[in-house]
Amino acid sequence: MNLQLTGRLVVARLDEVRAQFSTVADTRELCVDLSGIEALDTAGAWLIIDTQSAIQARGGRCDIVGASPLQGELLDVVRQSLPEKAAPTASRHDFVYWVEAIGKNTWRGILKLIEILSFFGAVLACFAGVVRHPSRLRLTALVHHMQQIGVNATPIVSLMAFLIGVVMAFQGAVQLRQFGAEVFVVDLIAISVLRELGILLTAIIVAGRSGAAFTAAIGSMKMREEIDAMRTLGLDPIEVLVLPRVLALVLVLPLLGFVADIMGLLGGGLMSWIELGVSPGMFQTRLYESVDVWHYAVGLIKAPFFAVIIGIIGSYEGMKVGGDAESLGSLTSTSVVLSIFLVILADALFSIFFAVVGV
Amino acid sequence: MGDSNDAVIRVRGLRTQFGTHVVHDGLDLDVRRGEVLGIVGGSGTGKSVLLRAIVGLLEPAAGSVEVFGTSLLNASADTRQAVGRRWGVMFQDGALFSSLTVRENVEVPMREQTDLDAPTRRALAELKISMVGLPPLACDKYPSELSGGMRKRAGLARALALDPEIVFLDEPTAGLDPISASAFDALIKKLQTTMGLTVFMVTHDLDSLHAICDRIAALAEKKMLATGTMADMLKMDHPWMHQYFHGPRARAAGLDHDASAATTPVIEGPTADGN
Repeated sequence: MNLQLTGRLVVARLDEVRAQFSTVADTRELCVDLSGIEALDTAGAWLIIDTQSAIQARGGRCDIVGASPLQGELLDVVRQSLPEKAAPTASRHDFVYWVEAIGKNTWRGILKLIEILSFFGAVLACFAGVVRHPSRLRLTALVHHMQQIGVNATPIVSLMAFLIGVVMAFQGAVQLRQFGAEVFVVDLIAISVLRELGILLTAIIVAGRSGAAFTAAIGSMKMREEIDAMRTLGLDPIEVLVLPRVLALVLVLPLLGFVADIMGLLGGGLMSWIELGVSPGMFQTRLYESVDVWHYAVGLIKAPFFAVIIGIIGSYEGMKVGGDAESLGSLTSTSVVLSIFLVILADALFSIFFAVVGV
Repeated sequence: MGDSNDAVIRVRGLRTQFGTHVVHDGLDLDVRRGEVLGIVGGSGTGKSVLLRAIVGLLEPAAGSVEVFGTSLLNASADTRQAVGRRWGVMFQDGALFSSLTVRENVEVPMREQTDLDAPTRRALAELKISMVGLPPLACDKYPSELSGGMRKRAGLARALALDPEIVFLDEPTAGLDPISASAFDALIKKLQTTMGLTVFMVTHDLDSLHAICDRIAALAEKKMLATGTMADMLKMDHPWMHQYFHGPRARAAGLDHDASAATTPVIEGPTADGN
């Protein structure tokens, strides 16, 4: 069978020509005449070569005639570079595949937990070294991070806590008024803000603000091989990058928590005054009488632990960034999600602990 | 400059500047159909800036850029896109999309510009990857898993995905070992002759200038100081060019015996008609 090709056999028209080629696909003998071709590019050459090899694979014959020297050369280049047809990999979506995936993910999770623990260990060891030789502490970096994490976050943390106090007072008032127990709104606000909400929401905001910033900053340094450069210069990236950040967080998060406590009480007090007519004086007296100082202490005891979780996870994920931009983005989001999750988990464990010890 | 009607790229009076820093001023350049043109110049003379101005990544302050006879500076987005389909650009480090595998990278232009079905795109992408000399295993790798030389090759495969008429190469052999660099030179030459490509190449590599460039354009003092063959370059007595083409590295590249002996192999590119 003779196939006379004319016109332009180029990538833009490949689809049309291929539809015509499919009519001769099952012949055993084919002679392709290229003398009428005006333009041929690699896509067109590929189509001819592909057809030829398909016919030859079935034991047929396919000749190509009428190609100009340059077209012949192009056909040769394409023929030589034609990749071996790889057998299509069967997609596996059966039951065994799913079970295997669950197992693999679990194992990956365990490995990651071990890695995070060993990273934490490395930071602790570095901290011990700095305690023995305080001159190794990067004071400038520490102060810089304290400002970034603490001072610059104060407005948003204050506003958040104030609004939480307002919401608690308002919602509490609606319920408590039914029993004529308006004054208990003070207990409600004080205990919930001091014990739980103040520090927990502060930790969540800091995880989103600073934990993400840690991952992004350390991650982009890792991407640009700055971390490797530090190692070759004899600098310990944990000492230079991680320790100042984690220490700054540990020092600053309790302070932010304190600010959140005060602002929460302020918001709650204002709303109780407006909504329930509990005067500031009455609010203060009730606060002194019925709210144990331990509620406040329980809240702030948790702060350094949350700080360590946020700092370690943020830095660890930053260190995991590889060479590509994609991993930086996905690890930053992992860092935020994981540190918030672990903060809430730790908070739950603290609740159980304090309930057992009776505080 | 010979027959300037045959120029596929015609730059006239180009002026580019960043703030008050003028990079080019009154730059003229013709790139002829089917030739390999090498752009040389010291660091910071704006070789890459010129490339970016021609492909439209940078708006020049004055002058005109014509590609295939179409003026690009005041062209509509559609015209620019139509012309843009006819060229491919390889950036210095490949500029591959890091979230896609090498094959997906090569498929991107096909997906955007043609209606080819997925298996055809896949087969063509694999062909292009194999043509630039990458092993089939590289198809499913991500750019971060490749070496610098392999990324360059993958970048070239993506630039060639739609069989463009012009390819712009930004330092294609920089950072490659001598063996890979000369293999890359040979590859560009082979693709240029078989596919009828016009190649616009920014390079510092005297060996590739010698081996594959039909003409060389030297960029200095904000304009094209000279254009011509390697033999012409060697005859220039401008101090910078003398240093460039007669320096120790030029001697090592075997350029500096005798200007007449150092003629470049001029292979007539085929006259491909536009598509």
